[in-house]
Amino acid sequence: MQDKQAIAAANRRRYEELRAAGQQSAKKTLPQPTRRDDAPIADDAVIERRQVPGGWYTSLQLARGEALRIIDVSGRASVSLLAWRMEDTSERINCADTVKVQWSAALSKGRVILSDMGRVMLSVIEDTSGAHDLLVGGSTPASVVARFGTTTRNTSENFVVAAAKLGLGIPDIPPCVTFFAPVTTDEAGRFVWRGDRKQAGDFVDLRAEMNLLVVVSNCAHPLDPDGAAAPEAVTLIRHRAQLSAADDPCRTASPEAARAFAVTDQLFA
Amino acid sequence: MAGSDVANIVYTDDIPAERPWSRVIRRGQTLRIIDSAGQQAVDALLYNAGDPAERYSAQDTLREQGSAYVVLGTQLISNAGRVMARITADTCGRHDTSAGCCSCESNAVRFGEETRYQHACRENFILELSKYGLTKRDIVSNLNFFMEVPIEPSGDFTVLDGLSAPGNHVDITMEMDVLFVISNCPQINNPCNGFNPTPIRVEVYEA
Repeated sequence: MQDKQAIAAANRRRYEELRAAGQQSAKKTLPQPTRRDDAPIADDAVIERRQVPGGWYTSLQLARGEALRIIDVSGRASVSLLAWRMEDTSERINCADTVKVQWSAALSKGRVILSDMGRVMLSVIEDTSGAHDLLVGGSTPASVVARFGTTTRNTSENFVVAAAKLGLGIPDIPPCVTFFAPVTTDEAGRFVWRGDRKQAGDFVDLRAEMNLLVVVSNCAHPLDPDGAAAPEAVTLIRHRAQLSAADDPCRTASPEAARAFAVTDQLFA
Repeated sequence: MAGSDVANIVYTDDIPAERPWSRVIRRGQTLRIIDSAGQQAVDALLYNAGDPAERYSAQDTLREQGSAYVVLGTQLISNAGRVMARITADTCGRHDTSAGCCSCESNAVRFGEETRYQHACRENFILELSKYGLTKRDIVSNLNFFMEVPIEPSGDFTVLDGLSAPGNHVDITMEMDVLFVISNCPQINNPCNGFNPTPIRVEVYEA
């Protein structure tokens, strides 16, 4: 019994130390947001460019070390994203672990998106916005009828169709992350849409830390009061990035991030 | 641990600490989960018993509700946008559905490699789901009853000491026939179980 109490006390101490590191020191060392006129992509690093029309989806493969830039050209779009490990699609993006492990529901430059296997799928290496949603998810048949009074294209159905074309089914569709969707909570836990945090030209660069299948859906976020039934196109640029060095800000952001990178690196050792 | 005072109890079971459990609960029946010793997180997944491709969706539930916690009156929404069940009684206060379940893999990242070989909720879920032909792919973001996870306006996200006292309960009334899967959380590295996992009781009753 004494042993059990001693272990519990030691585990509580470790938890409080990790919490202090995660919510105080780690937050202070996160990089500043990218300036919208900064971080140009060299022409010879560009692999391909795509436009995703409003309401539509696209899928692409990202090899380890490649990055995906998603640009909200109009400042009025939101882009929902899913990712699976290419060699074993049972491994996929896990929003709950992403939030829990980093002690924060706020995704921004210097953070990572984790898989359900404790590995880093995507690193947020550039981000002008820092206003993204890991909690509420994309639009659905029900949410667009409630919002627009009629059936429109929506993220839930986009994901079903896009996944099917990759040989994946409904069980393969986890909760998604949505970029350029400034969802926060108030003191009572109600969701608040911070529309003032959206700007034309906002972009994120997501670096693949393993080989990935990625699907993105360009539909208005269900909480966006100004969201359009047929939103404007967004631009995707797949480009070559640098593999993360030992001093990469995403890798060194926290002890948790360092451990997640270490188990990810093992896949390629 | 004495049972509840509700009438028409058709099923009762004590789930030992760290163990999984599942049962098909019929439309109109209510599952009562009792936190027998207090401060015990109960991870839960719901599937349409007739078509398990329809399952609980945390994001749909939160979007429909417009707020981040599961409370009395919360409708538990499926990935097809339908109400699977409702929270019809709650003596605890609020519950989480954003933090997911613990796994060996996430424990190793959160708390250190030395915690990788500890039992975890995802082990429980995989084993229990395997009885129904379901796999790891079928595990989605789950409910965490009796788990206190405030989300601050800054985004700060913390698992705190559970608020539930011994004997607190939550009632979930089914709106369809539901395969209800529980992992009585084995986590010993954060305060969700008071660093000491304990048994819980489940009861199924009819109105």
